[in-house]
Amino acid sequence: MSKTTIIVGLGSCGLAAGAGKTYNEIERIKNTDKLDFELKKTSCIGMCFREPLVEIIDDSGTYLYGNVDVTKVDEILEKHIKNFSPIQEYIVKSDKFDSPDKDFFEGQVEIALRNCGHIDPESIEEYESKNGYAAIRKIANEKLKPEDVIQKVLDSGLRGRGGGGFATGMKWKFAYNNKAPQKYVICNADEGDPGAFMDRSLLEGDPHSILEGMIICGYSIGASEGYIYCRAEYPLAIKRLNIAIDKAREKGYLGKNIFGIENFNFDLKIKEGAGAFVCGEETALIASIEGERGMPRRRPPFPAESGLWKSPTNINNVETFANIPWIVFNGPEKYNQYGTEKSKGTKVFALTGKIKHGGLVEVPMGITIKEIIYKLGGGIQGGKKFKAVQLGGPSGGCIPEYLSHTPIDYDSVNATGAIMGSGGMVVMDETTCVVDIARFFLDFTQKESCGKCTFCRIGTKRMLEILTRITKGEGKDGDIETLEELSHSIKDSSLCGLGQTAPNPVLTTIKYFKDEYEAHIRDKKCPALKCKELITYDVIPENCTGCTVCAKGCPVNAISGERKQLHVIDHEICTRCGVCFTKCKFNAIKLS
Amino acid sequence: MRINRIAIQKEKSDSIDTPDLSLMNPLISKYKGKRGNLIPLLQGTQSLYGYIPKEAFHKLNKEAGIELNEMYGVATFYAQFRLSPVGKHIIRMCHGTACHIQNVTAITEALLDHLEVKDGETTPDRLFTVETVACLGCCSLAPVMMIGDETYGKLTPTEATKIIKEIKRNELG
Repeated sequence: MSKTTIIVGLGSCGLAAGAGKTYNEIERIKNTDKLDFELKKTSCIGMCFREPLVEIIDDSGTYLYGNVDVTKVDEILEKHIKNFSPIQEYIVKSDKFDSPDKDFFEGQVEIALRNCGHIDPESIEEYESKNGYAAIRKIANEKLKPEDVIQKVLDSGLRGRGGGGFATGMKWKFAYNNKAPQKYVICNADEGDPGAFMDRSLLEGDPHSILEGMIICGYSIGASEGYIYCRAEYPLAIKRLNIAIDKAREKGYLGKNIFGIENFNFDLKIKEGAGAFVCGEETALIASIEGERGMPRRRPPFPAESGLWKSPTNINNVETFANIPWIVFNGPEKYNQYGTEKSKGTKVFALTGKIKHGGLVEVPMGITIKEIIYKLGGGIQGGKKFKAVQLGGPSGGCIPEYLSHTPIDYDSVNATGAIMGSGGMVVMDETTCVVDIARFFLDFTQKESCGKCTFCRIGTKRMLEILTRITKGEGKDGDIETLEELSHSIKDSSLCGLGQTAPNPVLTTIKYFKDEYEAHIRDKKCPALKCKELITYDVIPENCTGCTVCAKGCPVNAISGERKQLHVIDHEICTRCGVCFTKCKFNAIKLS
Repeated sequence: MRINRIAIQKEKSDSIDTPDLSLMNPLISKYKGKRGNLIPLLQGTQSLYGYIPKEAFHKLNKEAGIELNEMYGVATFYAQFRLSPVGKHIIRMCHGTACHIQNVTAITEALLDHLEVKDGETTPDRLFTVETVACLGCCSLAPVMMIGDETYGKLTPTEATKIIKEIKRNELG
């Protein structure tokens, strides 16, 4: 009989949901009641909508408990551990019986996320027990040449997971071909897309896989130094990366002549980003590591020729590196059996917004948007109507409901006007206003524009002004055309990806939801009832009981009425804050 | 380039006492003369004082040999750097896409109203600084805010204000 293990998910999301307290409570009861089981930590399990998550593995099977707040710990330990009877109603996944959430896992293929939520990210031994550092050992044992490794990456069909979708093997080959005494490998962990968190989960959940991917890249292109450029907003990721690097150094996995490969020296440093979205662009990122303002440079020369400190440099995203050890170890054929003809393998998506089951999913390329939203994601919150999905963050676009049969691969997504991006998938329902969303993204890109290119710096500002006017009901005829014209100018005359893609959210929403723009501009109406200036709150006389709750809650005293009498909202005073709407228990406030 | 935020801070920074600059010595000896040291030096300084004092720029200029204009250029480019002291608790309101859709704006407005400050400002009692940030990466718990290292998810305006009130109560004893 093997020992029972209890694993608690302690990623950032889990901790925010109270997993730290759950862990402490389990530990406390374990000690006071002298219970015999092993208590372990892991990182994000991906099922964010059921955090905190606790997994119990015993002789009979595996049981994943969801929503385990402190109050449930005692009951679970009492019944499951002491009396060997799992509590089925709390279990979200098990190999013993079906749970209502099983669809979330069905259809997922874990390659990049293979260890996330399964191992303790702070233990190098646990990583090694899951074929960790076996890929680089394979390279050493089979005496594979750098060219052989690059060929494997090329054969796998892996494309950059940061958003660009450039073939990873090609990138490595360029860096390999440029002969220079010093080359660099950089991991782009500056995940700045609002609405995306897969890189954070990977860094927190399986830091060694990224280290191993970078070591393999270093060997392949002939680099001896690597940098991980991680945003400072991810303190837990930085902490775990530091632990991983220290342990790898102790074991001799970083340093000189590593893994017995003669003359192969490789070491890593972490650079903390200082909060600039544009640094996700590779040349801006390099400028930032060099200690300058993170402004993009002209390409060519590409970093593969002249990158960090003017040396050949290869930059890949976190998820790309996490795939590398698996590909090298299992072979490219096994990887490219997943996916479509031009987009091989799997992709991790961060599923958020108005979706029932938000979280992290890894799916084979080619799966449709519909399948992700309705099957894995369980549909829309509160039974509302699905309106659109935003893919690719501020560089991407909105894909409307009627295109939800679109398969997720680089080319099909690009054809809609959106981009794959790093994999943020924000789901919107009928209450989300697309004009407001376009304004939101423009506000973001306008603030984050580094200011180097005129059209990006000033053009985005003008676009934001127009969009703000439209959402305030001050839109004019011709606004849509001006927006389109500005969009094309910005795209054509910006140096880097930020400017070239900044207008995408506006262009796609105009393309698919022109009627909503027109409703804002001509009829001064917001069909989604979201834009404050275009809506009014009223009391429904039949439902009002005169309980006075709305009048007391109104911060500007816009509601009048005696107790048990009908209340009235004064539209002149009302600031449309919506407090009355949320406070009313009788559905007596309506929006129009 | 969050110019608005920096402008607000600059006006107010005159009345502050000079901090103990000798704390920076180990930092300077660690990074002096190294390539790409500017950002780590500024980050290190900020982690000592919570912001980058004017005097620290001059010290870095004298002892690490970095030009003042270069430092100011970098410090004003990145959202992380602050040029005036912050409150004891930094409240970071997530304004990422997921939080925006889940109406974080209403929560931020409620907090700013409650604390009577603007975005980026510090309360007069130096207890709280409110900052809006792009994304904290906890999207599935939206709307989210972070106070120090603690993350709070699935917020409502009332709940967020309650959390602040509680911290304030604990501070005042």
